[in-house]
Amino acid sequence: MLSRHADSLYWLSRYVERAESLARILDATQRLANAPTSADKASNEWESCLESAGAADAFFERYDTANEANVTEFLTLSPDNPGSIANCLEIARSNARAVRTSLTVDMWEAINTAWLDLRAYSGRKLQGEEAGRFLEWVKAVSLRFDGSAYRSMLRSESYWFTRLGVYVERADTTARILDVKYHVLLPVTERVGGSLDYMQWAAILRAVSSVTAYHWVYRDSVKPWLVADLLILNPAMPRSLYSCYDGVVRHLELISDAHGRQGPAQRQARAIRTRLATTRIEDIFQSGLHEYIQAFIADNNRLSQSVTTQYLV
Amino acid sequence: MPDPIFDEMKGTDGTIRPAYAKLGPWLDAMPTERLAARQRDAEALFRRIGITFAVYGDPTANERLIPFDVVPRVIDSNEWGLLQKGLTQRVKALNAFLDDVYNRREILRAGKLPAEMIYSNPAFRPEMNGQKAPHDIWVHIAGIDMVRVDAETFYVLEDNARTPSGVSYMLENREVMMRLFPELFASHRVAPVENYPDELLKTLKSAAPSSAGDDPTVAVLTPGPYNSAYYEHSFLADRVGVELVEGRDLFVRDEIVYMRTTQGPKRVDVIYRRIDDDFLDPLAFRPDSALGVPGLVGAYLAGKVTLANAIGTGVADDKAIYSYMPDIVRFYLGEEPILKNVPTWRCREPDALKYVLEHLHELVVKEVHGSGGYGMLIGPAADKATREAFAEKIKAAPDGFIAQPTLALSTAPTFVESGLAPRHVDLRPFVLTGRDGVRIVPGGLTRVALKEGSLVVNSSQGGGTKDTWVLDV
Repeated sequence: MLSRHADSLYWLSRYVERAESLARILDATQRLANAPTSADKASNEWESCLESAGAADAFFERYDTANEANVTEFLTLSPDNPGSIANCLEIARSNARAVRTSLTVDMWEAINTAWLDLRAYSGRKLQGEEAGRFLEWVKAVSLRFDGSAYRSMLRSESYWFTRLGVYVERADTTARILDVKYHVLLPVTERVGGSLDYMQWAAILRAVSSVTAYHWVYRDSVKPWLVADLLILNPAMPRSLYSCYDGVVRHLELISDAHGRQGPAQRQARAIRTRLATTRIEDIFQSGLHEYIQAFIADNNRLSQSVTTQYLV
Repeated sequence: MPDPIFDEMKGTDGTIRPAYAKLGPWLDAMPTERLAARQRDAEALFRRIGITFAVYGDPTANERLIPFDVVPRVIDSNEWGLLQKGLTQRVKALNAFLDDVYNRREILRAGKLPAEMIYSNPAFRPEMNGQKAPHDIWVHIAGIDMVRVDAETFYVLEDNARTPSGVSYMLENREVMMRLFPELFASHRVAPVENYPDELLKTLKSAAPSSAGDDPTVAVLTPGPYNSAYYEHSFLADRVGVELVEGRDLFVRDEIVYMRTTQGPKRVDVIYRRIDDDFLDPLAFRPDSALGVPGLVGAYLAGKVTLANAIGTGVADDKAIYSYMPDIVRFYLGEEPILKNVPTWRCREPDALKYVLEHLHELVVKEVHGSGGYGMLIGPAADKATREAFAEKIKAAPDGFIAQPTLALSTAPTFVESGLAPRHVDLRPFVLTGRDGVRIVPGGLTRVALKEGSLVVNSSQGGGTKDTWVLDV
């Protein structure tokens, strides 16, 4: 297929997934911010939210302090933020439009309807409950798009590149959501493992809709290393970094089988999956969760770069 | 009193013509509300099938649903037989003319055409001097605009030999009609048009350069999603089953054209290009063109790729050349033209100019290089001041104008707000020319002027379209 088409499909699904990620990060932050805190606590959840979304630099060019209202506005609808949810959906649609013939009607309608619905929000500032409804809507858009791709696309290169985009982006998101916890420094009076700490880890589970999954898998109260195990290493957990990389490897292999040759992208992806399969969560905490996640995000970016050079240009 | 206008269904005397023998009574029996309901269904279907016209929903873009009329325009097989012969003849002559104009120029030497009509024509491409098109085919896809004035007479209004559009409407109109009115298709033997994409692919493959393999690679070249005809480009690529490429998807190495694919460069043998000559190749034509492919023209001239249509075909569909078409047919084919030309006054000729200026109130005056119904004067419909202003424009640059009598375009029954009413129509059949001959899918695109009394069928001026039926009996 045309490299440009593969590129558009890859980024189309990445941007839809990214819109969902932003919605989830905002949602997680909302829950953290609502955690009962001691009065002297400086409100830093919203800064950490910006860090996780990779939007802190752009944000502080415009604002002095981060609070619920301005961070929510900046990450949802702000035309000033090229990485806002609205802009992600805008970019996703322009990619969709460029490869209209490679999409099924269901996929096109999913993304185009979202884009049309989004227009109703233009110029608005979302607050409180309304912001919550908007974030739910964004998740629904992503689910509809993902579902229509899964159910209606022919299993060929078009589909494989679409999935590849989803897994690469989802891996990035999961890593970033986990990292939120690092950025939310515990107030000095709180002890690690205390009730506030508990609230924060539970909020992360909720952000990835995995509270029930957690209890089913571990049959235990929320513990940091188990949450990290679930989201990093657990092969049964669809958002885990391991599962994402299993998806990346499988779809890259479908592509290389069809082409009859492999390249650096396949080798890199397999190496990342192998590392995830052979690491223990104790090792990760020993060397530092934050450092581990940062290294993973960098590996994931390198993989994406290899996919680009190998197939998309 | 002018002559009564010929109606496709009722002729001039009100009796139902054979082609409408079944449709006429069916329309009579159909309550207006039911027809209105079907009309709404049709629009809903277009929003789904012709999805991109409607759903882009971008108020700043030009894309919109072109109005569709549910009442088909019917042509019987005898009428079509004649049109088919005439179209084949006309397109053969266009191809022979282009080959001659860029090579031996016998028509100029024979004095059938003033030389400046060619050399000072902006659509003439000096780059093509002395060049042969692969297999001598210049116009692979032609759209010939025709109108009818009475039972016997069809006129060619315009030859479109560059990148004629509208064929996607022909195909979608049929698809929608078959869904909405299966009972009519059961009672009529309507010649199919669905095979157009296959015929197009055969035509394009047959035109591949000799250096291509047994199974040449074909691609459709589009200016991209922001072009108003992008939907048609993607529709055609999809139906034909070939890649829809933009300029940046192609590159030229050693005079061979490749497309960038996920499996590396893939050679392209035939390009159905929907980009104007000017934008094809920044090295050959407009250097500021970001749509084109550097080196494409070089590859074409080296015979390594076929462009459909060829470069420089615009010189044949110019409105000034148009008036010479009957002579062009006679000159190359030694036959009398089957399809008539509308009588045309060329304002560049002093006698004709004088006549035109004296009869502006009864003529249609067109700019030689204009299209889309813009820049024209419809004398009988214009007031005195408009006519006088236009006369000044003509006098200032008479070479730029031609004039024709106001034609009594035929009407066809059309469903409008007030119910069924006659509206003026034209017809654009699509003529394909490959190495193995000429192919014409029966029918074409019927455009209809939806405003009462209007003669302008262009979609940019409030025109709509109809399904066109050629009865297969």
